[in-house]
Amino acid sequence: MGPYVVRRLLQMVPVFAGATLLIFLMVNVMGDPVAGLCGERQCDPATAARLKQEFGLDQPVWQQYLTYMGNVFTGDFGTAFNGQKVTELMATSFPVTLRLTIVAILFEIAIGVTLGVAMGLRRGRPVDTGVLLVTLVVISVPTFVTGLLLQLLLGVEWGWIKPSVSWQAGFDELIVPGLVLASVSLAYVTRLTRTSIAENARADYVRTAVAKGLPRHRVIVRHLLRNSLIPVVTFIGADVGFLMGGAIVTERIFNIHGVGYQLYQGILRQSTQTVVGFVTVLVLVFLVANLLVDLLYAVLDPRIRYA
Amino acid sequence: MRGATHARAVVCAVAVALVATACGGGGSDTGAVLSSSWGDPPNPLEPANTNEVQGGKVLSMIFRGLKQYDPKTGEAKNMLAETIDTTDGKNYTITVKKGWTFSNGEKVTARSFVDAWNYGAGLKNNQRNAYFFEYIDGYDKTHPADGGKQSADTLSGLKVVGDRTFTVRLRQKFSSFPDTLGYNAYAPLPRAFFDDRAAWLKKPVGNGPYRVASYTRGSQLSLRRWDAYPGEDKARNGGVDLKVYTDNNTAYTDLMAGNLDLVDDVPASQLRNVRTDLGDRYINAPAGIIQTLAFPYYDKRWGRAGMEKVREGLSRAINRDQITRTIFRNTRTPAVDWTSPVLGKEGGYRAGPCGTACVYDAAAAKRLIKEGGGLPGGQVRITYNADTGSHREWVDAVCNSINNALGDDKACVGNPIGTFADYRNRITDRKMTGPFRAGWQMDYPLIQNFLQPLYYTGASSNDGKWSNPDFDRLVDRANAETDAARAVERFRQAEEVLRTNMAAIPLWYQNGNAGYSQRLSNVALNPFSVPVYDQIKVG
Amino acid sequence: MPEPQPLEPSSYVPGGTAELVPADAEILRTGPGGRGPRGPDTTAAPSVAAEERVRSLWSDAWHDLRRNPVFLVSALVILFLVLIALWPQLIAPGNPLDCDLAKAQQGPGPGHPFGFNGQGCDVYTRTVHGARTSVTVGVCATLGVAVLGSVLGGLAGFFGGVGDAILSRVTDVFFAIPVVLGGLVLLSVVTSSTVWPVIGFMVLLGWPQISRIARGSVITARQNDYVQAARALGASPMRILLRHIAPNAIAPVIVVATIALGTYIALEATLSYLGVGLKPPSVSWGIDISAASPYIRNAPHALLWPSGALAVTVLAFIMLGDAVRDALDPRLR
Repeated sequence: MGPYVVRRLLQMVPVFAGATLLIFLMVNVMGDPVAGLCGERQCDPATAARLKQEFGLDQPVWQQYLTYMGNVFTGDFGTAFNGQKVTELMATSFPVTLRLTIVAILFEIAIGVTLGVAMGLRRGRPVDTGVLLVTLVVISVPTFVTGLLLQLLLGVEWGWIKPSVSWQAGFDELIVPGLVLASVSLAYVTRLTRTSIAENARADYVRTAVAKGLPRHRVIVRHLLRNSLIPVVTFIGADVGFLMGGAIVTERIFNIHGVGYQLYQGILRQSTQTVVGFVTVLVLVFLVANLLVDLLYAVLDPRIRYA
Repeated sequence: MRGATHARAVVCAVAVALVATACGGGGSDTGAVLSSSWGDPPNPLEPANTNEVQGGKVLSMIFRGLKQYDPKTGEAKNMLAETIDTTDGKNYTITVKKGWTFSNGEKVTARSFVDAWNYGAGLKNNQRNAYFFEYIDGYDKTHPADGGKQSADTLSGLKVVGDRTFTVRLRQKFSSFPDTLGYNAYAPLPRAFFDDRAAWLKKPVGNGPYRVASYTRGSQLSLRRWDAYPGEDKARNGGVDLKVYTDNNTAYTDLMAGNLDLVDDVPASQLRNVRTDLGDRYINAPAGIIQTLAFPYYDKRWGRAGMEKVREGLSRAINRDQITRTIFRNTRTPAVDWTSPVLGKEGGYRAGPCGTACVYDAAAAKRLIKEGGGLPGGQVRITYNADTGSHREWVDAVCNSINNALGDDKACVGNPIGTFADYRNRITDRKMTGPFRAGWQMDYPLIQNFLQPLYYTGASSNDGKWSNPDFDRLVDRANAETDAARAVERFRQAEEVLRTNMAAIPLWYQNGNAGYSQRLSNVALNPFSVPVYDQIKVG
Repeated sequence: MPEPQPLEPSSYVPGGTAELVPADAEILRTGPGGRGPRGPDTTAAPSVAAEERVRSLWSDAWHDLRRNPVFLVSALVILFLVLIALWPQLIAPGNPLDCDLAKAQQGPGPGHPFGFNGQGCDVYTRTVHGARTSVTVGVCATLGVAVLGSVLGGLAGFFGGVGDAILSRVTDVFFAIPVVLGGLVLLSVVTSSTVWPVIGFMVLLGWPQISRIARGSVITARQNDYVQAARALGASPMRILLRHIAPNAIAPVIVVATIALGTYIALEATLSYLGVGLKPPSVSWGIDISAASPYIRNAPHALLWPSGALAVTVLAFIMLGDAVRDALDPRLR
């Protein structure tokens, strides 16, 4: 497995460079951010030039990129337009989004897997069809509609929760936003678990276990579940990366000052340093999460060996 | 639970009506802290670097300048200034009142102002508001127009002549200069700022009624009453927690749920509900903000003679009454000139310079546009930035109004631009091809501020690059007048030039609006649409 | 060889290329919130199939589909959608751009069964006319993604080597960038009011997903005996790819593409909600949903109908994809 990990790590280098360059160029396409800093006025040319110099925007793009990446490797992610260090923004927002992601993942496991197992064991029955349909509906309604609706109903009309999350963003406040964020993945986890359980239920080893006279719950838990959950676990692992970067809509609706919010602000203000810095970290999270998932896969399924 | 709150609200309302006292049992609590919605300021929180409302809100709480605008009338009154004397409108002698200090104990002296202004005018300091000092002699040295290295660190027009006295020499006559000194950019700065700017920015120190207790960037700014504040407008509450919201709709939702005390930006979508949600705890007060449609005069199709008829025709195709009523629920007032009613009569506002040109008349609109040669390319695209301020709704409504008036469903379409920065870029690079959104929030309540920066040749906010020698001449003469009333009269004449040429289409005056919780009383908005925090009572 | 596992990395070839596709090979990343159907459950490639069985696979699938109520219902809904996308005037003769502010937010009335939205436009007319944009976005984006993705992925999987390694890294790059973020950045500079920039963006960020699947199934198919046989008989690589591999490898692409179609339609709405979707005077569900969502308390009907239409459409395409997958995946029979 050692050489495999080394090779994967080496493969990460071009991907990392490519992804950061891509996002760097994309933000650059948005144009000159300085014009937005002077309110409903034209910046006087001298100040505009100074600001460009301060943020290194007067350099050619490739040079900006190299300088930026050079700084990143020394731990300097640059400064946002409000004078705040990007690392400072990260230090406040990543923990919040991490908590949100944990809540979302917990929902995926608790609800998704349970429903999936229940459906998989009752494949084709009304309850299976019903839940299957519900998951489809969840997938087809946009997250922002679900989010706004839940916020209005639970937060305002019924007063069960606070409609917004405070800046400390404790776990208790993140339950509903976490559910909204998880909703689509949740539907997939359910469907995935169901398929996997249903397939494995007909596998030889299960038949053998039943034939041996093992009690039903033991067959399900020790044999069926263990094998069926492999794809689910790997899916959820890969989901971490997406959930962390994909919370732009959820964070905006519920006033969560996390990664999605900072990215959104960064884009609106065309702050290259903020956007590229955050995406750089997200890319790293994504790559490492994927590597871990692949390794985990090999650990869980002895039939796969990486050489 | 919610039912109980409602019941209490009713009781309170009755109690207020009967005895006119604050509700909640036993008067207000001067130590209580209120929470208020806030937006993350895009620029560092320093006086000469803050050019938008959110940062300005904080500065107006932690700073007091030479002048202070009356929260009701907008009149510029002496605050720290004992006297501001001039004989020629060009040379000023300013004396600072005795007894003022910063909240760290340092005395506010003439030097506190001169140092702050020199800092603001210095090109190397990258201050977004540097141009506020452009009238002061020596600005061309501290802030070379070509962006080269500054040859002086101090403005030659500023001289400290005593502990509390300094003189200002302007480049040209500018009679209303003293009245501009209430703007945040002119605030004094303590030595602590110059000694360690980074530390100061983390926790700004000023001389206003509040001091910064803690500041978590991007999340919350806690302000507490400064008990030793020497001014008369001491805070009547224990402090204010400004909370950053990702979306103003969420802030409003929080206010309704009882998690927030004050929202000073009620989203347009909720305006229809404010009366039922908040009852009397809703303010809709005029502010010095006007929205207009500007035109790209650098574009030949819009710059040619005769197009003023088309512009007037477009203006007459916009049903301002209906839009302000339906979309804005009366938080905007149809505009009848190019300034703002908050200026008052003395300030130069009067109803009607725009006259019939601002009145909806579909037939006249059709006729005028035809006479002017029709819409360029048969269609106007109203450009706006889509990221803030729910502009899409009113642009769509304006376009629908124009389309209905002209009987052509493609005569007008909105053209949203993704970000404000990109929007400003297109303006700066002269890439506009049709009318575009132009909003103006006054820096100080003077008619000069509504006309000169927007329509004077080459002015900083003259986004359409409109240029008219008659207008420029009248503005120059107005600025040279030493008598305030005569100056105002000249500005009014300049405004007539705008009318004749329909330089921009006035749309509506924007009000400030705010909603607040039952804990608060005595809530008001000043003409800058910012809550008068120090006067709010809690409890 | 053990029984094929649903999640087995499809390119896991003992003794084959050293290249290894990560286990998330079939992850789909579109849809609301930057995520979407990425169920690896959707894409198990038929790993053993002789050429003779190709035709029977498809006819078997068709035989299955005709008897599947899920397929019939979704196909009918889609047929209806395509009809009104082509000829909206059939059931909504009004003009969707005809708006009268005086009627803003009014409820249903005679001739206006769904009421009016915040601008005083007829919600019924706009919902019907919005189908064209949404279906166009969905179909064109899916076609673009499927063609680009399967060509690139197929070639890379078939020829392997340096090109394959580069393509794999490029797809990784695109996967690493959150979709909604990419949309915010790229589409905020667009001023065109047509649907093409939005479609172009979806193709740009969506193709790697199909490319991975196509690559994986081509690699699997390449190992089959009949391909080896064809090669031994001297068939040209192009012939092998087109005649022998493509028919087998295309099934998973079709499955994922059908499901992705629904998510592209939903993605358009999310982009509009963030202010970077389609621009006026386009009429689309996304525009109407995002415009109506702040008014959920006062005029829920203006939000309900376009959202409902969107959900039904997405649902229909996902159900169709589901049904097609069930039909094409022999192990689920």
